Amino acid sequence: MIRWGLLIALAAFAILAGIALGPADISLGTVLRSLLRGGDETSVAIVRQLRVPRALLAFVVGGCLAMTGATLQALVRNPLADPYLLGLSGGAGLGAVLAIALRLPGSWAVPAAAFLGALIAIGLVYRLALVAGAILDPRILLLAGVVVSAFAGALLGAVISLSPAAELRNAMLWLLGGFDAASWEALGLFSAYATPPALFLYYSSRPLDLLSLGEEPAQFLGAEVEQLKRRLYVAASLLTAACVAVSGIIGFVGLVVPHAIRMVWGHAHRSLLPAAFLLGGTLLTVADAAARTLFAPRELPVGVVTALVGVPVFAILLRRWAR
Amino acid sequence: MGEIVVELADVRYRYPGAGSDSVAGVSLQIRKGELVGIVGPNGSGKTTLMRLLLGTLRAAGGTVSVAGKPIDQWGRRDLARIIGVVAQREEPAFPLTVDQAVFLGRYPHMTALGGPKRADHEAVARALDRCDVTQFRDRWINTLSGGEWQRVRVARALAQAPEALILDEPTANLDIRHEMEVFELVSHLVHRDRMAGVIITHHVNLAARFVDRIVVMNHGVAEASGPPNQVVTREVLERVFRWPVEIRPWRGVPQFVPLTSDEPDDEGRKHET
Repeated sequence: MIRWGLLIALAAFAILAGIALGPADISLGTVLRSLLRGGDETSVAIVRQLRVPRALLAFVVGGCLAMTGATLQALVRNPLADPYLLGLSGGAGLGAVLAIALRLPGSWAVPAAAFLGALIAIGLVYRLALVAGAILDPRILLLAGVVVSAFAGALLGAVISLSPAAELRNAMLWLLGGFDAASWEALGLFSAYATPPALFLYYSSRPLDLLSLGEEPAQFLGAEVEQLKRRLYVAASLLTAACVAVSGIIGFVGLVVPHAIRMVWGHAHRSLLPAAFLLGGTLLTVADAAARTLFAPRELPVGVVTALVGVPVFAILLRRWAR
Repeated sequence: MGEIVVELADVRYRYPGAGSDSVAGVSLQIRKGELVGIVGPNGSGKTTLMRLLLGTLRAAGGTVSVAGKPIDQWGRRDLARIIGVVAQREEPAFPLTVDQAVFLGRYPHMTALGGPKRADHEAVARALDRCDVTQFRDRWINTLSGGEWQRVRVARALAQAPEALILDEPTANLDIRHEMEVFELVSHLVHRDRMAGVIITHHVNLAARFVDRIVVMNHGVAEASGPPNQVVTREVLERVFRWPVEIRPWRGVPQFVPLTSDEPDDEGRKHET
């Protein structure tokens, strides 16, 4: 209970910080007044139309990435898995950029294309990993993820260099990840799109516990493994695609956050998944606030910030895991 | 005789690309209160037979039925309430406590989101107690010895409240004491608690002492099947394992001693290999 309280307090603090910090110099008092009662028009507009949806979007995206990471770790039985390292993000990014470059119409085109990209990527990664034998070797799986990511990256480069200038600028923004396009509309779209798969992951908590024992033991304990795996890969692809469609490719949240929760909370997914959601949201909201303020008025892509934090942590995890 | 829980009739299976059947027509009934030992050389089809019996492989011929219903009509969840399994290989990706590990056995009885009910807590406590691992319940499974971990896995299978218990080489890599503990535990569960039991093992001598019926698998068929006294014979073992042995009954139970290839047997014959 104390741990949940602490997590929720951290999350609330991060969202508030995300709202309070930004390139426009608005005092905390003005922020609070703008939130609650109103005030001068510019501050109200900045706070209500820019900062609040941005902080909330960063939060839910971070939460979904962390939940997806935790799920993938159980699916491939490897604590080093995450949507970025397994190539899902790269595939989704390629899909999204293609949709932009081809000017596909409708607000669902980009997330749908991203979903297709993520699904194709994870399918490829899986096929590649199985080349080594019928039993999935987690190390080969990660290697396959890297290879597919690199391939998606190359195709991305090709698409971008062949696109006219305006699309190219949009596509470049996608690559590095960021929330500068955040709006209430984007938040609404994201929530509508991500809620069903996120709920499905939570609903699958118990079978995920079984899956981390291995596929055969999971079957013997009552899980419909093949069906479950298919559905979980689809849900994870949907979530990754939703994240990539609104914020580009953001790595390492899905890796670092579940790991931190596992150390404190243990591995039961019924608490791991919601806790990872809260901490992932917290981390990405703070990372986004840092991205906006560290070099203000210039903005760092938030994917750069998460990579700066995530890569050293990944190195530590790798050492522990290899031992 | 006890009620039949699992029945195999002329079951066949061939792995894709293999030149011959891994299981080539095996019939077997598994009844409550009876412990069946399946022995045989490596690659004789023991584990394949277990997978067919559990529906993780689909038989190419013959029928497998559980509680009178064909295996492919069972959902895994319902099946897990009838059959508890201790499989050969299992490497948890993440550490769990013994308590958490045994609670996973309650999965087929629990709803997706509800917490554990009283019946779940009771079943887990009973299973821990039955396998004598209650004192470990807060330990991490990766700190257990091989024998302790096997008993925890049996406890998890018991927590499923099954009618049948199936174990695939549960004593591989265990020392003598832990081996004996596992065999005694399984024998008690089957004979006292009237479960149906199948144990796949390389230990023919232990099987002869603990089980009611031995099935000797060889090249995918049941080469011999029956009470230990009829099956553990020099003729059967030498044919199946292709090694000279001698049978030395011990307290009425046949026990075999493998001979080295240059040792003459009791009758002074030397074995040609």
